[in-house]
Order: sequence, then structure tokens, then C-alpha cells
Amino acid sequence: MYTFSGKLKTFSIILMVLGIVGIAYGFLTAPKTVEQVEVILSEQHHGGHGSHDAHAAPAHGEATAHATPAHGEADAAHKEHQKHLEHVLHQLQNKPWAAVYIGCIFSMLVALGVFTFNQIQYAASAGWSPVLFRVMEGLSAYLLPGSILFFLLLVASSSHLNHLFVWMADGVTEPGHANYDAIIAGKSAYLNIPSFLIRAVVFLAGWNIFRMLSRKNSLALDETGDLTYYKRNFKLAATYLVFFIVTESIMSWDWIMSIDAHWYSTLFGWYVFASFFVTAITVIALSTLYLKNKGVLEFVNTSHIHDLAKFMFGLSIFWTYLWFSQFMLMWYSNIPEEVTYFIFRIEEYNLPFFGMLVLNFVLPILLLVNTDFKRLSWIIVMAGTCIIVGHYLDFFNMIMPGTVGASWFIGAAEIGSVFFFGGLFIFVGFSAIAKAPLLAKNNPMIEESKHFHY
Amino acid sequence: MSTKVIHVLYNDDDVLMDAVKATRAAHHHIEEVFTPFPVHGLDKAMGLKPTRLAICAFIYGLCGLSFATYMMNYIMIQDWPQDIGGKPSFSYIQNMPSFVPIMFELTVFFAAHLMVITFFLRSRLWPFKKAENPDVRTTDDHFLMEVALHGNEEEAVEFFKNTGAVEVKVIDKH
Repeated sequence: MYTFSGKLKTFSIILMVLGIVGIAYGFLTAPKTVEQVEVILSEQHHGGHGSHDAHAAPAHGEATAHATPAHGEADAAHKEHQKHLEHVLHQLQNKPWAAVYIGCIFSMLVALGVFTFNQIQYAASAGWSPVLFRVMEGLSAYLLPGSILFFLLLVASSSHLNHLFVWMADGVTEPGHANYDAIIAGKSAYLNIPSFLIRAVVFLAGWNIFRMLSRKNSLALDETGDLTYYKRNFKLAATYLVFFIVTESIMSWDWIMSIDAHWYSTLFGWYVFASFFVTAITVIALSTLYLKNKGVLEFVNTSHIHDLAKFMFGLSIFWTYLWFSQFMLMWYSNIPEEVTYFIFRIEEYNLPFFGMLVLNFVLPILLLVNTDFKRLSWIIVMAGTCIIVGHYLDFFNMIMPGTVGASWFIGAAEIGSVFFFGGLFIFVGFSAIAKAPLLAKNNPMIEESKHFHY
Repeated sequence: MSTKVIHVLYNDDDVLMDAVKATRAAHHHIEEVFTPFPVHGLDKAMGLKPTRLAICAFIYGLCGLSFATYMMNYIMIQDWPQDIGGKPSFSYIQNMPSFVPIMFELTVFFAAHLMVITFFLRSRLWPFKKAENPDVRTTDDHFLMEVALHGNEEEAVEFFKNTGAVEVKVIDKH
């Protein structure tokens, strides 16, 4: 039995408090009027800030190009300038929302990934992992609070508190309206707020119900030793995996891809899956190492750690494979309607876009390729940190460009959101781990798992 | 001068493992063990050094990657930087995504094939090689341990008979 140590509890609470402060600061300092944006932009112009200059320049250039001598250059330029200010205003107002959104969806999906990994182990009747089931069950407990927070964010977007989803704006589907967008209007049978929210409820509720039942069966198996609970969990896992793969794919279109409503990619669902799944396994590995270090996981040996590290290694490559397949196909064919997605990211998000490739591919492959290294805690912690930071950046790259465009930077709101959701994840996850004995007692595979040796 | 070795035959891998441990504990030198299939943990029990084949493969992979990079940089960028369908052949990095499939495949190709060849060379396997099988039964259902004989022959034979052997033979090896 593990008791949630006071130190870790305090640490997670401090993270949450710092996070809330950061997020609140982000919201309070977001500009409210066009005039404030003008002040911010002029300050940045004087300061010679790179990204804004770069962004502002084409807009101004366009303004002069459009101005015809008949109308007067100054008048048109002024109009364009106002339009640009409004554009930047929306981006800056979106920024704290997007920061919270990224932290929230990322941590929620990591919990989902942990649960999915757990279910795969059940469905595959894996012999090595049952000693880790309680760690996975505990960490995936974050799924419930995470889903609730995330659903509240979706409701906030749907009630026009922010502009994260461009297709939710007023009049986008009404011909003749100033906001009318024929492409989005054509997708409105799928992208409309009621069905969007209904899908979210079905997916989130479905995942949570599966998790609840699986956890209940697992605890009942502990109590009674009745193998019907194990069989029930096996069938549950198989059903869940079918449900998961369908909902996961649709989820990625709804919650991530629809932010760039003009763009689509067919392997996007897999890509998102690979991203949070590898992070989830890394989180399992790091938590296992932490608990092992505390001396509460006596049956976990270096072979279990080695297996987790192999998953981290293999899935990092799997993620890279999908990232590259998506990128290279669009880069190669260079069709304007789809390649803008990457052009914008390469131009405005160069460092995060390519930096995450180093963090998610190059460093893990070099650190984890060696068999002996996969048994060393500090190597796994190092590679794991790279993977977690890298995949946070991956979500950052997926969501930020469509919501704040070139006005991005990693500031108080972004770091605050990572702190808040990280702290909450630790708090909920480790509280849940403390609620049940760390060794699942009557699992038929548990003896094999205890003596697992690779 | 001829050296003598003892051939000890077993018909079970568990017995073999125990015998190998006992032999090592009694400081007899095991020359070789012949088995019909891989016995898990036998190399550890015999005290064999771990293989370095994986390290070789990693280096071969790097060679393959370098070769692919050099080849395509020379052909596509240096030698004749032609405009093919608008692909940017100005520098290697600009057109790199289209080279990645080849870089990947050549890395795997070099790593795999050179490692296999290394394995054949190191374990001396080639076509028309004369088989070094001391007893035909070891390819079917028997395990054979070959131990160098120093000192008292009778004592050694007695020792190996007690390790669960089905047959113990003293062989003159030329």
C-alpha cells in the first residue's frame, strides 16, 4: 500500500497555485481593445521584436499595394491597419485560452493514453505488465476530472467566450454575412455546435465509463479472487479498444483539426494518437521509477522498466514515422490548400516545429537505442523529459498556429497552464494510486509478471 | 601429441543447464556445447561474453546513412542540380524530405546485411563448409558438452556420469 507522500502533495498543490496565478495573469494582461493592441505593437516595433515585425510587414505591404491613387493611399492603408489591429487583437485574446486548452487536452489525453495502454495489456493477456496495472489505473484516474475540465472548455468555446474554433463564429455559414465562409459552410453538417458537443459528451462519457468499470472489476478481482471479473475485464478491454479507435479518430478531427477548419489530413487521428500514447507510456515509466525509488513497488525489476523503455523508444519512432508521412506527403505534392498548414508553421513556428523533432525523435533514439541504457533510471528520466516536453510542443504546434497565429510566445499563461494541469495530474493520479494496494492480487498473470525477466 | 576431451551427452536442457553450472563450479574447462535448439540462459551459465553484433549493426547503419547522404547530395545537388517538377535542388537540406525514404532504406540495408555478413564471418559459416558436428544426435534431441581433460581420467568420467549424463565418452582429439 502506498501513501501519498506529503512532500509530493505539497509539490503538486504549489504547481497548481502557481499555474492558476500564471493563467490568471495571462487572462488579465490580454488586451481588450484595439487601442491596447496598437500600444503593444508599437512597443514591439520600437523594441525590434522579430516575429511581430515579420507578421506586420506583409499586412502593411498589402495595404500599399491595394491602395489605388483614386481613393488615396493613406485612407486605404488606415483601413488595412485597423483590420490588422483587429486581427492581432483576436489572436492575443485567444492566447490565454489556447494555452489553457493545450494543457487541458494534453493532460486529459495522456490519462486516456495510460488507460488505453492498460486495456491493450488486458486484451493481449500480457504477462509482464500486471505488476504495473495499479500504477496505470491510478494515473488514468485523472481522466474524469480532466474530461470535466475539458468539456467545460469546449462549452466555453461553444458559448463564444473565445475564438478558438473559427467555424463557431457568428454568421460563418450564412451567405451574405460579413463572416461568411463557403468552405466552412460546406462542412457545417459536421462542424456545428450541437453535434460537436454531443460527440464530446459521448466520447468523454464512454471513455470514463469504460475506465470506471475496468477499475471496479480489477478491485473486485482483488477482493474476491473470482476469475469472472478478470474475464469481464478482458472482454471490456476488447470492446473498449474498438470504441477507442473510432472515437479517438473523430476526437482528433473535432478538438484539434477543426481549429484549422480549412485544412484536413487523413492520418491525423493516428498522428495525435501516437503523440499522446508515447507520452502516456513515458508518464507510466517515470511514475513507476518514482514509486520504485520510494520502495513501494518491490516486484518491479529492471526488466519491467526495460520493457517500458522499449515502448517509449518504439513509439517515439512510430510518432516520427507518422509526423514525417504527414509532412512529406504534403510538402512533396505542394498543393496550396493543404501545404499552407506547414508553410505557416515553418515560417512562424520554426523553432518549436523542428525543435520538437529533435526532442521527440533524435534524442530518444540515441538515448534509448542501447539495451543497457534502457535499464538505467537516469537515462529514462532524461529521455522521458525530452519526450514529454517534445509532445507538449507537438500539441502546441497543432493548436497555437490556428488560434493565435504569429502572436505566439511561451509566457505566463502557457507555463501556468502546464504547471496547473501537471500539478492536478500528479495530485489526482497519485491520490488514486494510494487508494488501492500496488500489487493486483488475484490476477492470473501476476505470478508470471512478478518473475518477469528479460 | 594428442589431446583428450570428454564428450558428455544429455537428453534434457534442464539437466544440461545444471550440469554446466556444476562443471563450472568444479573448474572443468568447457570447450563447447552442442544443442539442437537455443537453450535460454546457456551463454550466461557458461560465462560467455555478450555479443557486440548490435554495436556493429549500429555503426553499419551510420555508414549506410552517410553513404545515402553523400550519394544523393552528389547526384541531385552537386553534379546536375536539375529542376525536376519544381523540387528545390539548391541545397541538400531544402530537398531533404524527398531523400529521407532512401536514407532510411539504405541505413536499414547496410545495418542488416553487413551485420549478417559479420555474423557469418565471426561464426565461420559459409556454403560448402564442413560440418563440425561431433555427434549427429545433437541436431535432433541430444545435448553434448565437450570438456577438456586434464589430470585423472577416471575421476572426471565419474564426475560427469553424476551430472545426469546419458553417455560419457573420452575422445582423442588430433
